[in-house]
Amino acid sequence: MKKVFSRPKSLIDRQTHFCPGCTHGTAHRLVADAIDHFGVQEETIGVSGVGCAVFMYDYFAIDAIEAPHGRAPAVATGIKRVHPKKIVFTYQGDGDLASIGTAETIHTANRGENITIIFINNTVYGMTGGQMAPTTLLGQKTTTTPYGRNFRNDGYPIRMAEMLATLEGVAYSTRVSMHNAKEVLKAKKAVRRAFEMQIEGMGLTFVELLSACPTNWRVKPLEGQKRVEEELIPYFPLGVFKERKGKDFL
Amino acid sequence: MTEKILLKGNIALAKGAVAAGCRYYFGYPITPQNDIPEFLSAELPKIGGTFIQAESEIASINMVLGASASGVRAMTSSSGPGISLMQEGMSYMAGSELPGLVVNVMRVGPGLGGIAPTQGDYFQATRGGGHGDYFNIVLAPASVQEMFDLAIKAFELSDKYRNPAMILCDAILGQMKEPVVLEETKTVIPPFKPWALTGSKGRKPQFLKTLYLSDGEQEAHNLELKEKYDRLREEDVLFEAKGLDDSEIVIVAFGTVSRIAKTAIQMAKREGIRVGMIRPITLFPFPTEVIRETAKKIPRVLVVEMNTGQMLQDVKLSIESSVKLRFYGRPGGGIPTPEDMLREIRVMFNEEGF
Repeated sequence: MKKVFSRPKSLIDRQTHFCPGCTHGTAHRLVADAIDHFGVQEETIGVSGVGCAVFMYDYFAIDAIEAPHGRAPAVATGIKRVHPKKIVFTYQGDGDLASIGTAETIHTANRGENITIIFINNTVYGMTGGQMAPTTLLGQKTTTTPYGRNFRNDGYPIRMAEMLATLEGVAYSTRVSMHNAKEVLKAKKAVRRAFEMQIEGMGLTFVELLSACPTNWRVKPLEGQKRVEEELIPYFPLGVFKERKGKDFL
Repeated sequence: MTEKILLKGNIALAKGAVAAGCRYYFGYPITPQNDIPEFLSAELPKIGGTFIQAESEIASINMVLGASASGVRAMTSSSGPGISLMQEGMSYMAGSELPGLVVNVMRVGPGLGGIAPTQGDYFQATRGGGHGDYFNIVLAPASVQEMFDLAIKAFELSDKYRNPAMILCDAILGQMKEPVVLEETKTVIPPFKPWALTGSKGRKPQFLKTLYLSDGEQEAHNLELKEKYDRLREEDVLFEAKGLDDSEIVIVAFGTVSRIAKTAIQMAKREGIRVGMIRPITLFPFPTEVIRETAKKIPRVLVVEMNTGQMLQDVKLSIESSVKLRFYGRPGGGIPTPEDMLREIRVMFNEEGF
């Protein structure tokens, strides 16, 4: 019998701590798939942010480090400058990347550091128990926006993939989703493309993955996927916002 | 080579770092330390190194963290307000046991303060500074020569203990020029670090972290760190002692103040007052032993600092009092039980001489 589906070599055979319906597990798989696809498991160094993403080192069979909250791109900068031939990626949530680490995100992108950023956008702080994230949608109820996010008080949900696409140092900026099998396959291609461009030395590559957090959204696992499709995508459109062709920037 | 060259303190420090094999500098401009990044931005690219002017001190220290995690000697430099922003990163470096050099050319504060020389960041440097239960290795140069020498020493100690090290100096030491003997240029090859992240070729993947959630895990980690600090206190205390044999008063001063004290000691001598001096070179570990023993013989100790009394506390702690003081502590989430305390009470109660 031909084996058509198995656990990526770069993922440890271990049960994750993620909640039912959470898409971190899928995102982990996609990253491990890209690492395996390019045969760089022993050349890759991962940097995890703070939040539910922090336990990355428990699941990936690669060298890894845990960065202070929001600082993963700066830590990755230090690693990549020492090991320019290694594959370096960060794995960060929305609070980490788009709130406390905004300066590190933007300036690492602007320097065109040749790393890959995997950004999990689930519109909420997961690990701390469901507080407002910079990506929380208007009207969305969280434990710190009990009446729904109101732009007069809380500002607007931030679109990172579009913003980073405006920076010269960014080689690739895309937003994908994981709410059904078809989208997961597209997301897999995007993550692979990001790693491929890093291997080619094109500059910073950024993949925003729309994710479900049913626990903190207070919905059932399947309803979480539905919410991604019906509520998140209309505000956070999927697509490639920038893809550098060739090394014309040099 | 014993040739002397005239150098500014900040430049001597930068040259010392290069001599120590440091090829990675990450920093953000702030007065009065700008000569360090300016010099290294020209020097490092010439010798295959990397210089990045980061977007902030927060980013700087985290780039140091990342580079250090990758197995090389890395550094940053700043002054008070910038050092405050680096405390987060230094706490993580201490927690994940990463070496690295942080230079603080102190300026007056609190707040923006000014660029006048001070020793006001003594507490921040010697008490860890950031959150959690940790210490930095802290070295205090008192001359331009020591700016060079202690930069090398700081990297050695930092690697030996896998702990961040800090050079604590001020604008006088950073900005003044003095003749310096640069050790014959030899290529220092920083030690191999088996724990570094290099990709997992030929070995099992490894990781560096500071998060310990399982029961008792953090306390065990804290106690391991404590062992390291105890070893530092035993093996690597540095100080300079002068005229302790026949003096009636002893001055304790570090850095710039110790230089001024030398003149005061001469002036006192002309008046017939014999004054000795202890100059701590490592502020952590603090030279407790020599101060305690000296104070037994010379019970008049004058502490002079450019602040309102910070090292003063360490001197006070060093001098034995008639009251017996004992410590019991549980770090990392451990909570002392009544039984623990009763045990300590019994030990103390039964101690001889009390």
